[in-house]
Amino acid sequence: MNTLILRTAAPVITALMLLFSVFVLLRGHNEPGGGFIGGLIAASALAIFGIAHGPGAVQRAIRFHPMAIAGAGLFLATMSGLASLIAGVPFMSGLWVYPDILGVEVPLSTVMSFDIGVYLVVVGAITAIALALETEPENGSAHDEGSR
Amino acid sequence: MAASAPAWTFIALFLPFVAALLAPFLVSRLGDKAAWIIALAPALSFLHFCRFLGEISAGEVVTGGYAWAPSLNLSFSWFIDGLSLTFALLITGIGTLIVIYSGGYMKGHRHLGRFLSFILLFMGAMLGLVVSDSFLMLFVYWELTSIASFLLIGFDHEREAARRAALQALVVTGAGGLSLLAGLVFLWNVTGVTQLSLLVHLGDALKMSPFYLPALFLVLGGAFTKSAQFPFHFWLPNAMEAPTPVSAYLHSATMVKAGVYLLMRLNPVLGGTPAWEILLPFFGGVTLITGALIGIRQTDLKLMLAYTTMASLGLLVMLTGFGSPHAIEAAVLYLVAHSLFKGALFMVAGAVDHETGTRELPLLGGLRHAMPVTFAAALLAACSMAGLPLFAGFLAKEEIYAALAAGNPRAVFFTGAALAGNALMVAIALAVGLKPFIGQRKNTPRHPHEAPITLWLGPVVLAALGIVFGVFSPLLHAYLSSPMASAIIDEPTVVTITTIPHLGLPLALSVFTLAIGVLIYWQLERARWLMAQMLESLGPGPDRWFDHMVTGLVRFSAGLMRIIQPGRLEIYITITFILVALTLLVPLFVFDELPDMPAWPTGLLVQEAAFFVIAALGIIAVLRAADRLTAIVSLGIQGFAVAVIFLLFGAPDLSFTQFMVETLSVVILTLVMTRLRLSVSDHRPAGQVVLDATIAIACGLGFALMLLKSVGRPLDPFMTDFFDAYSKAIAHGANVVNVIIVDFRGTDTLGEIAVVMITGLAVLALLKLRVGKRGEG
Repeated sequence: MNTLILRTAAPVITALMLLFSVFVLLRGHNEPGGGFIGGLIAASALAIFGIAHGPGAVQRAIRFHPMAIAGAGLFLATMSGLASLIAGVPFMSGLWVYPDILGVEVPLSTVMSFDIGVYLVVVGAITAIALALETEPENGSAHDEGSR
Repeated sequence: MAASAPAWTFIALFLPFVAALLAPFLVSRLGDKAAWIIALAPALSFLHFCRFLGEISAGEVVTGGYAWAPSLNLSFSWFIDGLSLTFALLITGIGTLIVIYSGGYMKGHRHLGRFLSFILLFMGAMLGLVVSDSFLMLFVYWELTSIASFLLIGFDHEREAARRAALQALVVTGAGGLSLLAGLVFLWNVTGVTQLSLLVHLGDALKMSPFYLPALFLVLGGAFTKSAQFPFHFWLPNAMEAPTPVSAYLHSATMVKAGVYLLMRLNPVLGGTPAWEILLPFFGGVTLITGALIGIRQTDLKLMLAYTTMASLGLLVMLTGFGSPHAIEAAVLYLVAHSLFKGALFMVAGAVDHETGTRELPLLGGLRHAMPVTFAAALLAACSMAGLPLFAGFLAKEEIYAALAAGNPRAVFFTGAALAGNALMVAIALAVGLKPFIGQRKNTPRHPHEAPITLWLGPVVLAALGIVFGVFSPLLHAYLSSPMASAIIDEPTVVTITTIPHLGLPLALSVFTLAIGVLIYWQLERARWLMAQMLESLGPGPDRWFDHMVTGLVRFSAGLMRIIQPGRLEIYITITFILVALTLLVPLFVFDELPDMPAWPTGLLVQEAAFFVIAALGIIAVLRAADRLTAIVSLGIQGFAVAVIFLLFGAPDLSFTQFMVETLSVVILTLVMTRLRLSVSDHRPAGQVVLDATIAIACGLGFALMLLKSVGRPLDPFMTDFFDAYSKAIAHGANVVNVIIVDFRGTDTLGEIAVVMITGLAVLALLKLRVGKRGEG
């Protein structure tokens, strides 16, 4: 798996896939896409990077522990749900604002931040599992190579 | 006061818990003197409950509480009548003295704070138990007392005997608690009420029900285990492994009386039937005789007292079930008198142990000069226990004999039991309260001194109350015994017995009891030897049976574990998929719900058909693959083909997800495979292949049939129309699937991502665990 072609292409593919995952996440409300799919795409991107350059490189690239990312996502999703309580409407009611940014009306909502939370949980949890699996046990690596 | 009374009662009920939290801090700051401050909590509760004496003695009840889950008819509510109030006063009053006593008894112990904390936890639980109105609250507090008792018996957790005794008490009373819960559910289902205050006035409704007997047995299961009735008595003597303040408080004065409390409380609705009047007196009587006989055999002061406690509990159960108002009055008087004298005697035994270093009766003697105050308290308490005139114990004994001696054969039998039990208890009272203090001074492990005030205050106050209640009996009756008896019988009752002896049968029986008791005391050595011989000949008792039961249970569950948890993944997976197949297929065949054969699709485009073929080819490739890696990748082919089919038939979101899931499953499966260090290819014996193939085909067939069945029915367009109409309008999103996920069913999604998160953590933990183990090995 550890070929030169893959190692050279992997960063580019990963970057493109991550960008695409954010695109899929944000368009999800009106076009096919959303947090779950976006998260899966991003997790695949990181898995490819991990296969090419090893789990250490992925860990350095994403800076935070993947479970921390998942935790932040769950927190964000919960807070998005709770935000409606401040507005005096039932839990998980969507709240929308339409600020004007550089002359463009941008719809923002707690529904969107909830979806971002979903995205982060999926990326974090799956990347954590993939990285843990890619990290080979120290004294067993030679045997693993042999069995492949 | 009226407006704030509920709040004050609430505070009084929770004060012990608050004090339990603070106790360790206070002790670490102030040392054992902190006990005096901590004792303020129960003392304040005691004073609060004293304020109800007037109302209760006038025949009123105090109720209050807060709604908890009104939709389920659950509330945190209390109901204080004569019965509850007497118990509450005993719990808080004796509790105050016990806390002070503990400060002296456990002086210098490094876990004194923890000990006081447990004692107060128990106090709060017991207090809640006796004032509870709602069944659920009663049960929660009931279990909490068992847990507190477990913690206190096992307080010296470094000794194996203490651990065993604690576990035994927890198992026995915990099992009883479950029985009680089932009994309460019966009561609730039969009567439809969840509150004791409503239940006790229902009259005969419950006794007429066909479920009366099961309910009665279950409730008795709870009461008999808690109150150490034969044959569940064995945990109580073993519980003497606890420090003495615990024995004095939980295992004589309060907790073990919870069972008696329950029986008394339920007397109006469950009592008066033949079953009640046979079971209670019979088991009570057996417990009384057994306890008193084994008590005579002991030489350890605490064990002697423990067995007489068991005997006294038997007597109380017998009286409660006897079925006459006089018997109830006798039970009330005996309960109060017993709490006072037994609490005092236990504390005396602890003080003697503390000062001399031993509790063995043959090693003790002549302590009257060294410990005069303790001796005075012991003597007064023993006189009350023996039932001498002027003491509260005398009132109880007169009332017992007046109630039992009715002339019919049944009464004669129980009078005999009471007589024998009481006579033996007289002997033990003298042995504990008198014998260590008179006669020749003996050499004890420690040179005896008078105990400090902390150790004699409790016994002196309780013993003195025994004589105060005896002399001023009208006062006792007006405020405690009459209201309590009225509550148990559920009609106004006035207790009139006084300590001035009346000539008559009861007095004659009392004198007779005393005479036999003194005789046994005089011949104590011989009586003990006789009992030892007798118990020897009877062989092992329930205590051993308990051990056998526990070892048997452990062996049984170990055997069961070997069968259902063999630790081999293939077996788990095989069983799981067999069950999946059965769940899918059996209902379809049994209920004749097989789908119709679907019509051959017409108008299928070439590219659509091509992907069906590719999916099938993927499956064939999986089966034909020479090594595992090829098989995994081939599985991916099938998955991608299905994803394309989704795309072609108008489900882009599903298709996207399927693509990503397939990719990730192939990646993760490959990684797992490399880690598991399996052999490159798959070598299964032929039989295994046939079995696995059968299971796989059955599962596939099951899912296929179920899907055909569900799509075979016309689709209800309600949901589709709803989302079409409202997705854009109220959720501002055109992608219905996404709007459902993040908005309409957002709470579901929140739950799902929490599951994803937890799964991630669990997988991580398992992988890390494995790496760690390998590293060590």
